[in-house]
Order: sequence, then structure tokens, then C-alpha cells
Amino acid sequence: MPEITMLEAIREALFEEMERDPTVVTLGEDIGVYGGAFKATEGLLAKFGRERVIDTPVSETAIVGAACGMSYLGLRPVAEMQFIDFIACCFNQVTNYVAKSHYRWGAPVPMVLRGPSGGGVHGGPFHSGNPEMYFVHTPGLKVVYPSTAYDAKGLLKSAIRDNNPVLFFEHKFLYRRVKEEIPASDYTVPIGKAIVRREGRHLTILSYAAMAHVALEAAALLAKEGIQAEVIDLRTLLPLDRETILGSVKKTNKLLIVHEDTRTGGIAGEIAAIVCESAFEHLDGPIARVTALDTPVPYAPPLEEHFLPNAEKVVAAARKLAKY
Amino acid sequence: MSTKLTREQHLELYYFMQLNRQLEERLVKLFRQNKIVGGVYSSLGQEAVSIGTSYALEKRDWLAPMIRNIGTLLVKGFKPRDIFTQHMAKYTSPTHGKDGTSHFGDLKTLHVVSPISMLGDLIPVMTGVAMAGRYLGQNIVAMTWIGDGGTSTGAFHEGLNLAATQKAPFVLVIENNQWAYSTPVSLQVPIRNLADRAAAYGIASRIVDGNDVVAVYETSKAAVDECRAGRGPVLIEVKTMRMKGHAQHDPAEYVPKEMFEYWKTQDPIARYESYLAKHTLWDAKKKSEIDARIERELDEDQKFAEESPMPAPETAEQGVYCDGCHTIAADWRRPKSEVMPPASSVEAVWKVTDFGAFDRPAARAASAGTGGNGAPPARNEPADVEVEKQPPLRVPFGRGPKDRSVELERRNKLAEKPARPKPHKRRRR
Repeated sequence: MPEITMLEAIREALFEEMERDPTVVTLGEDIGVYGGAFKATEGLLAKFGRERVIDTPVSETAIVGAACGMSYLGLRPVAEMQFIDFIACCFNQVTNYVAKSHYRWGAPVPMVLRGPSGGGVHGGPFHSGNPEMYFVHTPGLKVVYPSTAYDAKGLLKSAIRDNNPVLFFEHKFLYRRVKEEIPASDYTVPIGKAIVRREGRHLTILSYAAMAHVALEAAALLAKEGIQAEVIDLRTLLPLDRETILGSVKKTNKLLIVHEDTRTGGIAGEIAAIVCESAFEHLDGPIARVTALDTPVPYAPPLEEHFLPNAEKVVAAARKLAKY
Repeated sequence: MSTKLTREQHLELYYFMQLNRQLEERLVKLFRQNKIVGGVYSSLGQEAVSIGTSYALEKRDWLAPMIRNIGTLLVKGFKPRDIFTQHMAKYTSPTHGKDGTSHFGDLKTLHVVSPISMLGDLIPVMTGVAMAGRYLGQNIVAMTWIGDGGTSTGAFHEGLNLAATQKAPFVLVIENNQWAYSTPVSLQVPIRNLADRAAAYGIASRIVDGNDVVAVYETSKAAVDECRAGRGPVLIEVKTMRMKGHAQHDPAEYVPKEMFEYWKTQDPIARYESYLAKHTLWDAKKKSEIDARIERELDEDQKFAEESPMPAPETAEQGVYCDGCHTIAADWRRPKSEVMPPASSVEAVWKVTDFGAFDRPAARAASAGTGGNGAPPARNEPADVEVEKQPPLRVPFGRGPKDRSVELERRNKLAEKPARPKPHKRRRR
């Protein structure tokens, strides 16, 4: 099997699900003839036609609303946000209409809302965002944020087959940078399950998406100093895999959380609360976090580098925590 | 009398309008007795809108009401008990107390989509319903309502524009009741007719007297038929008047008294009662029969609601996610193979003629192809400008033999024919 990128894995998931199930349709801006801003949907139109690959007007609210309406008739729409930052334009539709549908009146919304997210590519304040926590704070949604090609394909398939609205974040820095061999068979990765990427015993580094790779890089550097860090990739942010998180903390007794989202209200705070509630007596040090700054994502490369977490920052925080 | 309606249907329109009004009057009484948990949003004076529009839909069609469209829910098949229990937040309500008022629906049989409080959101949602119905070959029409105030939202524009570009079988009723809470329509929009908005979307529109139930029905029926025939969305503006405040708490003192006085003379039920009498469609006996039936049904359902329990507190935790509690299945009315490769495969290119140029004839000659910029022609395109288009999305229908309009047309034709001797006796229908 040749190696494929995360972007290709996402495209394969869409192709395979659309071939498997005629209720799967896609809609979004420029997804058809153009194949999407990042080419995630390239080739879909030629194969599945205009009824299943719908180029829409520049109308995020209409895209999400229409996808929701389609799902009420048993379709499984996959809607694309050209950049996930634009999800702010349809915030009401997502958080009030879609998310509350099943709870309010028992109407499931089996749709996926996917789009490129994250920084590190000098996209500036409106093309680099990590708005996941607005939605992690919204009961009724599921929020998935993979870091590998294998997981992206398996999780996207799970998301399409799920009976609930799933927000699927695709880190654009990883799109063409991570590659791996992927099994030819039809497989899925379950939503709501974190994975231990590296075993360790001195501390746990929890992360997801691009920062999962930063955490692994840091763990490799720390190993040279004799610090064995356990690295966990959350993969799903809602629902959180409390079992894996608590299991690792009980083993290493120290926790460092790394995320690319801004600091205040980031998922680190929530995880810290969970650990304090359920594993406080296992902690041998304060819960530490390395996150982006509490600013918009700046445009100039030196500014953005300063804004984002990196391996050095993670190593420094881990070193301090290990010594505690 | 309307040639589009039978006598029974005429009487049914009265039944639903009166049921709507009496039900809401009871809700007001219950509100004053502190038996309603939230608000009561009266549709007094607007009953002809809810009833006349939704009556044009068939069983297979979909609707999504707004807050003042309780009448549409009754027409679609919900019972007064559903409305009572919803307002009283009872466990027996369609949402088991999770939401109130008209905020409920039914996907499987009645095809009703629940509204939310944020205005305009239903327009894209029902556009999606219409698109999915077409995709599955169901030959359905989707309908929703929006107030004069709601036309100012972004979702209104986004939704209607998508519906128009997709030529979705979607009817949008603008219920112009003159007031968006306390703000007159003249401060909401700078145009006299909200229906004028349709021109900007290249879709058809109609304006109708919202207090004339037969006119509302006939206009809606024509719109629904057009949609079903695949001619794209229709916008209907109904002109009416909200005869109460925004909700029970609002005495509507900001409305000029003379305005209420004028509209009182236009009461839709009083007007319809005279109409029925004028066309000898009923008599006093029939009216009291219907009124008694309404009274009986409301008594029974109100009793049911009042005696129903509140939900158990811990049920608040249930139902955030579908964990297999629902089976999701599409009702395919066309072969799936049509949307699967190879049948679904197309050449992924845009066809562009005339280059969007100001001088279209010259540009078209230069391009010598077909297509426009890929957009379908607007309905109001001048006839002398010929606009070619991409092949439209499949609209797999005409009216089926079970369509009410087909049956009525046939009956009307029979009625119009001069009587002449037949070789054999026509069987009674």
C-alpha cells in the first residue's frame, strides 16, 4: 500500500461512503467543479453528479440549514465550511437549530460539518482559527479533531454513519504533511475514544490535532533527558474519553495539556477540572498547560510562531512539571 | 363559492379556523389561571392565513410553522391536546416538556418540522427538506412561514436565495401582520409589498388578502401546484393584522386604536361565515353542529392536558443524543441506481456563454455555446433575452392520480359539462 496524506484519506472516506450509501450527499462552497479550496472533494462531482455534490451560494447559514433539513428526510449530508472560521456565520443554525433538535423534539440530525482549521500556515486572523470550544460547550453536538491520515478516514466514516451532528475539524497544517499507509479494507475509528500515542511513566501530555505531533516531538526530546512522557491524542473532544485521560493520570501522576486553541476557555481547563474532580489524590504536581496566547491568530510569521505552542515550549513546561 | 373546493372542504376550513380560535381563547384563559408555563402567542385575526395556506398541502408534503401558526399544526393532523400539553409543559406533550408552544414536530408521519425562536432559520431548513424530497423522488412540497419582521434576517436571504438557485419545491409565506413585536412594518422595510423581495431572487410571488380564507387557499394551492411541477419556489405575501400584542404580556398599546377598529371589520371568521351563508354552503344547524363538535373536542383535550403529569425531573438528562433510539431511513421513490455511478457521473465543467457581459447578444455570439454563467434564468427575465441553461435537476414528477387537485379538477370538469344523455348510467361517486 502506498502512503497517503490526511487530505487524501479524507477524500477517500467521502468517496467510499458515497459509494456505499446513496443517502450520503455533500454540499458547500466551490466543492464541485473546483473540488474545494483544499481539493478535499476533488473528483466527487464527476463521479456522483450535481444532485449529490452541490455547489452552494456563499451562505453558511443556508448550507447548515439545508443539510439539517435534508437529514430530516433520512439523508446523511456532509457540509463543508470552506474554512472552519466561517462557522461563526452559521453559529445560530449550528448551536440552536441543529444541536438542540434531538433533545427538543426527538428529531435526529445525522449530518457532518467539516472544514479546514488551525494555524501554522500564516492564514491570519480569519483563516487559522480553532473554534472547537464554542461547540464543545454545546450539548447535542459531537466534535472530532483527528491528527493522522488513518484516524481522519476512520473518524470521518464514523461521523457520516453517526445519528448525531458531528463537527469534523481538519487541521490544514496536517493536510499534506502527515502521511501513512492505510488499510484497503473498510474500517472506522470510534468517536469518543482517545489513543495513547506513546507510553511513558513520568508525566502525561494530553493533546490533539497538530499539537499531538508537537507533543510527540517534545516527548522524543524529553526522552533524551530521561523523562518518559506518555502522549495521548484525544481525537474526539466531545464526548471526551474520560477513562483514557484518568487512566493515564493515575499511572503517571502528572498532567500537561497542550492545545493550539487559545488559553482561556480552552479544553485544558475542562480536563483539569475533570482530573481534579476524579483523580485529585493521584496528582503529584499542578496540572500544567501549554496553549496559544489569548489573542487572535496573528498574520506575520514571527508573530504566529510566538502565538503558537511548539516543542520547545512543551519541553520546558514538561521539564518543570517532571521536577516538581 | 370556490370551484376548487367541495362543500365539505369549505366547511372543514371553517372548522379549522374556529378550532384554531377557540383553542387559543382557551389558552388565554389557562394563561390567566397560571396553568401555562411560558407565553401564549395569539394568532387572533390571522386564522385564515394558517388554515388557508396549510390546507393547500397534501399528506406527503412538509411544513414548519412559526409561533402564530398553531392552525397549520391542526390542519396537518396534530390534535388540540398536543397544543394544550405543549403550553402546559406536560410530560404527555409531543416534546415531553422539553420545549413549549408550537415548538414540536413529527418526521415520520405528519411531516412537520419544529420551529425555533430565531427567525428565518426555518427557511434554509425547509429548503433542505424540499431538496431532499426531490432527491428521493418523493414529489413533495415544503412550506414555511415568516413574519414581516423576520424578513429582515440574514437567514431569510440565505435560505430563499439557496431555494431559488436550487429551484427547490418550496413555498414561503410572508405573514405580514403589520407589527414586528412593537415595530410597524414601515420601519422594518422601506417597501410597501414584501412580495417585491421575490424579484431579487428571480422567483414567483403573489400577494393575497390574508383575511379571506378562500383567497389564501386558492393562492396557496396554485403555488403548491407550481412548486410540485418543478417551477421553483414561490413567495406569498399575505396581508393581515395581529389583533393582540406580541404575546399575552403585551397589551399592544402602541397600535393606533383606529387600526384595530378597521381590522375588526375584516375579521376572517366573520367574513367567512357570511361567505358560507351567501353561497348557501351551510345553515344555522350546520354551524351549531360544527361549533358543538369543536367545544366537545376542546373540552376533552383540555381535560386530558390538565390532568397530565409534569415530566419527572431526571428526564431533563435524557435525549441530548440519538443513541440508537431512532432508526434513520430514507423513503426512496426513485431507483437508487440513478444517483449512483455510473448513472450519476457527469463531466465536471461549467458551461459559460455570454460571459456575463453587458452586451449579451454579442458575447453569446462570441462564445457560441450554451449556458449563461451556469445560473438558471430568472423568472422575470425579459422574454426577448434568451437565456440557455444547464439541464435542470431532475424533477421526477407531475401530479399523481392521488393528488387532491387532480381529483378536484376532474370533478369540476364534470360539473361544467352540460348535461346530456349517456348511454349508461354513471356510477355514483
